[in-house]
Amino acid sequence: MPDVQSELERACELEPAKDADAVVGELPQWVVRPTTTAQVADIMRVASAHDLAVVARGAGTKLRWGNRPQRVDVVLDTTGLDALVEHAEGDLILVTGAGRRLETIQQDISASGQQLGIDPARKGTVGGAVATASTGPLRLRHGAVRDLVIGMTFVRADGVVAHSGGKVVKNVAGYDLAKIMTGSYGTLGVITEVAFRLHPIPQGRRWVSVEVDSAQQAHEAVQALVHSQVMAAAIELDWSDGRGQVAVQIVGHADGVDAICEEVIRLLARDAESSTEPPSWWGGEPAGALLKVTYEIGALTQLLEAIGSLRFRGSPGVGTGLLGVSDAVVDVVANLRRESARFGGSVVVLDAPEEARGELDLWGPVRGLELMRSVKQRFDPGRLLSPGRFVGGI
Amino acid sequence: MEIEALAARLRAQLGDAAVITDRAQRRTYECDGLTHHRVVPALVVLADTTAAVAATVKECAALGVPFVARGSGTGLSGGALPHADGVLIVMSRMRRILELDIEGQRAVVEPGVINMQLTNAAMPMGYYFAPDPSSQQVCSIGGNVAENSGGAHCLKYGFTTNHVTGLELVTPEGDIVELGGKAPDTPGYDLVGALVGSEGTLGVVTGVTVRLTRAPEDVRTLLAAFDSTDSAGTAVSAIIGAGVIPAAIEMMDALAIEAAEAAVHCGYPPGAGAVLIVEIDGPRSDVQHVFDQVTGLCQAAGAFEIRIARDDEERALIWRGRKSAFAAVGRISPDYIVQDGVVPRTSLPRVLRSIAELSERSGVRVANVFHAGDGNLHPLVLFDERREGEAERAEEVSGAILDLCIQHGGSITGEHGVGSDKAQYMPRMFTDEDLDTMQLLRCAFDPDSLSNPGKVFPTPRLCGERPRKQQGVPADGVAEVF
Repeated sequence: MPDVQSELERACELEPAKDADAVVGELPQWVVRPTTTAQVADIMRVASAHDLAVVARGAGTKLRWGNRPQRVDVVLDTTGLDALVEHAEGDLILVTGAGRRLETIQQDISASGQQLGIDPARKGTVGGAVATASTGPLRLRHGAVRDLVIGMTFVRADGVVAHSGGKVVKNVAGYDLAKIMTGSYGTLGVITEVAFRLHPIPQGRRWVSVEVDSAQQAHEAVQALVHSQVMAAAIELDWSDGRGQVAVQIVGHADGVDAICEEVIRLLARDAESSTEPPSWWGGEPAGALLKVTYEIGALTQLLEAIGSLRFRGSPGVGTGLLGVSDAVVDVVANLRRESARFGGSVVVLDAPEEARGELDLWGPVRGLELMRSVKQRFDPGRLLSPGRFVGGI
Repeated sequence: MEIEALAARLRAQLGDAAVITDRAQRRTYECDGLTHHRVVPALVVLADTTAAVAATVKECAALGVPFVARGSGTGLSGGALPHADGVLIVMSRMRRILELDIEGQRAVVEPGVINMQLTNAAMPMGYYFAPDPSSQQVCSIGGNVAENSGGAHCLKYGFTTNHVTGLELVTPEGDIVELGGKAPDTPGYDLVGALVGSEGTLGVVTGVTVRLTRAPEDVRTLLAAFDSTDSAGTAVSAIIGAGVIPAAIEMMDALAIEAAEAAVHCGYPPGAGAVLIVEIDGPRSDVQHVFDQVTGLCQAAGAFEIRIARDDEERALIWRGRKSAFAAVGRISPDYIVQDGVVPRTSLPRVLRSIAELSERSGVRVANVFHAGDGNLHPLVLFDERREGEAERAEEVSGAILDLCIQHGGSITGEHGVGSDKAQYMPRMFTDEDLDTMQLLRCAFDPDSLSNPGKVFPTPRLCGERPRKQQGVPADGVAEVF
């Protein structure tokens, strides 16, 4: 298709795809690397004129998450959209290109004593974190990705550029489209620019850790923390073989944080220890096929009983976590979904080996799927954007 | 004719008492908190259950009749303004708290539950519902969901959208759908996020699962008096710049203070050009240090008097002036417009000066009350309807204030919503493409545009063809036109 290729080339830098550009084994023809929203719009216009399927890719750290796309013609590399558009220090607002890396952003703003409250284990680009709604320990204090995004620019499947929200935190003008874009795995549009609210880096920071020997003990420790008034910034659990460690992050005024730490140690009532550093496992993810589980905060015992000896790393103050499964992933998923009514949440397979994917329903049961299909149909009627990757084969 | 047929069908399903056709009774519902917009609905349905809402919406959908859901009717943007040819579904009878799950920090409520009712129910266990609009004594949680309501404390705790984890929705076709739940991150698009703040245009919410927030160990409140809004603004910037996130920072200017004084005798320091209310909450040992820091920053910015609430009663006194401010303006002006705009916090001093100039040029008085921490202005534009031309001039000034907000990169509404009041301002903030894209979502939920039509968007988008359910010709009835 030389015509199509030259049209794409007119839009921006293009390269023929290599094996490494495959998306879960699906090989594209081209990789394009736009540097502006306008170029992304040009690419999408070409794509929609020629029925090309497009998968957006940032750093590629989560490209395997979700179903194998039904087809991929173009990988849209967003790493050229990496401008730091604006850092309004006094307003604690940051506007950035979607291709800028999370770690770069934290460096950009740390000198002003500020941070973006998004700390997932896989630190790729902003666009990737937003598209997959990836969070880490800080979520308890700062909210999910969707709570920190205050404005967004994205390009629709038909090449139209759209904005929602703005540059102020408090804003209820129009539909908050950033909510459906966040966590949509690139199936509704190509995110090119995001405005975030930032938070001050706390003056004082401590961690308190305690060993837990049973599901019940873990539950009790977490319940003691969430119902206390210490306002933990993060509560994390590292769990394997039926036992683990609960670690709490405490933040506050430099002169007040030690007193809160003592209160936390008193609450945990056993051999809890405080430290100025997080435990080594803090904010990481378990190895193996990766499952995301969610659960009601009050149902941690039931969750931990259901996962048995598997490796779990999660945020029990929020109700999320990651499971690493080294073998029999199909059985593990089936078993957990059977038990999911007891912990009130969901089990999603983020990534699994090729051989297991055929037998797995990665996303599991979905509430409101008909409405979601309807949303997809309106935004991307030609099914050009990461087709098949999301829930229900959207 | 159509409405009479609809009324008869709804009576048969819901009972006579639930369906109001009498004009005098229907007039009770002709407006919400935006009282100068009035429309008498063609029919009023008092819904008791989700099933009743679904039945009503289904009948409306079958006949192509628009419907509008209404909670307590306290909205300030005309979001619950009825449709003259449509059904007004009154949700205020659905007022049960279905579950308080303290272990899981959630509550499940019907949409008619009053905001404060939930907080009162959870307080004995040490929990509360964080969004606290000034109308929280009377406004419903369903209304909070529709408008994504904020409040004085959303600077630290966020808006309604940050506290809703699940919804039960009656779709514009009359189907009942559960979205989200008590656990976070249900797989799929964040439809809960899309629905909160959609102002009733994507369906009718009949159940809400919300986050409950642990009450802080300590709360400390101060009132600081300044010569001018400029110096009060400097204090706000200094506090935020120091890395403090107070639970609230509220500002009132001289005219707003005068009104509050006349109405509730709150005893704010005489001669103040501006007062700042700052509240700090959290663990006791942290609050004490931060509070001292904030007091120092206020003094450094030129506060000539600082009052610190010693107990809950004194705290209530400090808040009384602020919370009564909108109504209090009635003491100094027969009529007024409550405006709601947002600017980046650092633009506040410039925008306030521009508003003062605008006021001087036009001869229209403007009192300013606002959530200074997040740049959310509530200018109160004063006028006397009996004097010729005043209402129009006030409208002009009010609109010009919104233009100022947009010029400074802000928003035309921070918490009151677009509703019917501000739909015409949307094109000043968003491009045609933006508005078109938003309406793709509308089309996905409500292709026939029956759910609260005429709100939010200045021009409705035609949804075009859709993959819709097969609708056969009615089996009985004598239709004249197909």
